[in-house]
Amino acid sequence: MLRAMTTYAVLSEGLEKHFGKVHALRGLDLAVPEGTVCGLLGRNGAGKTTAVRVLTTLSPPDAGTARVAGHDVRTEPHAVRAGISVTGQHTGVDGDLTGRQNLRLFARLHRLRGASGRARADGMLERFGLGEAADRPTRTYSGGMRRRLDLAACMLSRPRVLFLDEPTTGLDPVSRDGIWTAVRELADSGTTVLLTTQYLEEADRLAHEVVLVDEGRATVRGTPAQLKAEIGSYAEVVVEHERALTAAADVLTALTGSAVVVDAERRTAGAVATDPTLTLPLVVRELDAARVPLIDATLRRPTLDEAFLRLTNPAEETAA
Amino acid sequence: MTTPSVAVDRPGQWAYDGWAMMIRHLQRLRSAPSLIVLTLAAPILMLLLFGYVFGGAMALPDGADYRAYLVPGLFVSIAANGMMTGMITAAYDAQRGVMDRFRSLPVSRSAVPLGQALSEVFVAAVAMVPMVLAGLAVGWRIRGGAASALGALGLVLLFRFAAGWIGQYLGLLLGNEEAAGQLSSLIFALTLISNTYVPPTSMPGWLRTVAEWNPISAVVAACRDLTGNALPQPGAAWPVAHPVAGALVWSLVLLAVFVPLAVRRFARSGR
Repeated sequence: MLRAMTTYAVLSEGLEKHFGKVHALRGLDLAVPEGTVCGLLGRNGAGKTTAVRVLTTLSPPDAGTARVAGHDVRTEPHAVRAGISVTGQHTGVDGDLTGRQNLRLFARLHRLRGASGRARADGMLERFGLGEAADRPTRTYSGGMRRRLDLAACMLSRPRVLFLDEPTTGLDPVSRDGIWTAVRELADSGTTVLLTTQYLEEADRLAHEVVLVDEGRATVRGTPAQLKAEIGSYAEVVVEHERALTAAADVLTALTGSAVVVDAERRTAGAVATDPTLTLPLVVRELDAARVPLIDATLRRPTLDEAFLRLTNPAEETAA
Repeated sequence: MTTPSVAVDRPGQWAYDGWAMMIRHLQRLRSAPSLIVLTLAAPILMLLLFGYVFGGAMALPDGADYRAYLVPGLFVSIAANGMMTGMITAAYDAQRGVMDRFRSLPVSRSAVPLGQALSEVFVAAVAMVPMVLAGLAVGWRIRGGAASALGALGLVLLFRFAAGWIGQYLGLLLGNEEAAGQLSSLIFALTLISNTYVPPTSMPGWLRTVAEWNPISAVVAACRDLTGNALPQPGAAWPVAHPVAGALVWSLVLLAVFVPLAVRRFARSGR
């Protein structure tokens, strides 16, 4: 195929969606180039699931436009559906049917008829390691097995764009690794993937581009490396008594240049540090020099909440 | 990998999708054997209850046999039960994630409800077998031709098809299984206010009118007529006085109303 310019598998502008008074999407812009993996990273209630539902034609947008797999979600939903697959947070397989019955049903619905459809369904069961469990009702499956069956059902039709809504939420680490491997294989075979996640690590491991979603908008976007550099690390100290917190906060401000979050109850002070030369010994030395009675000090990767604070609204941070 | 499959809608595609969905519904029944037993046994239980417990106290005009009167009514109650199973199944499905996958597939919006309605017809056809045998055992006879009897069966199955759509619309409207279960008992009352168990001629005037305009009554009257078990019903309302036409018209009217309602409700739910 000849490509003069980037083709976008998902392209949305100003998407809005509200449920009553709740504004789930407030002008979401997305551009996912064909063949890439895009991670929508956000907290619960940020609008990630609504975004997936609108882009997969399950829910019509109130305003804005979206083209998915080359078609408009509002005016050509049927054509969009022909080019996509979606797995939601709640598993998209029928618990009363066996794994094999599920995949054969989806094969039929994807116009993969007769013996070839059945063979393809059975092949997917083997590929996703479900061959032995194929004839058991899927409600007896573990969470990881159900997600794998879900992915297998998605891949039956060889979709151009695959939507995964929080694919590993609630899974144990081993099952999670299995899903990650499967997603990476799909991406390598050229499928465009849009996945939502609450985990920085998941976005980091899977996505070419990460989009931070907050209150229904895309707030920050970049490669995982760019975001990590921007987020930096998080320095947090625990002091002996509350009186020492002010001194500790002053030292952290001087070291990091960013706003300090103080928790009087836990007697902690923390701040985001973007300077890569900042080390833990340096932090400890400076605090010691200021005679801060230190109990504990850490320098670590920030949690998602801390990263959001840093990336979305640093001005609103308070050093109470 | 081979070339991606392209979903092209051919005429009749919706029928194939509905067929695939019907297989899904029937496969699910296998995991609920108690439901199958109940579906098969409930009408026979009603036959024993009404035929023998209440039957002795029932006096029909001209001394006609009550059990021969009752059996065609129970055929139609099998059909009307499609309202309950349709409602409960749709309410159960509405709460589950698999419906989102169906809605995200390039299949007709009517495929899921059509599949359910078709499976209702299949189940009713199976349930008719023990019911016909039980009817013959208690003295009901086919007194018309075989063609008429098959016509009666056709009307029963058509009515079950319509009942399946009504039930699904109600189930999607309610959206949860508990409410659907509670409404089921009200639906049973619908079969009581008809000519299923007693002739409406014995009811007060206003109730007789309600009972005779109940769609169930037209189908029951048609079954009695076509199997040669009709009773004289002077001054009956039009659908009962012209039972075969009445049963057909009622079924088609119900389908015309509830198919679009159920399909629209299905396509829009979960937004």
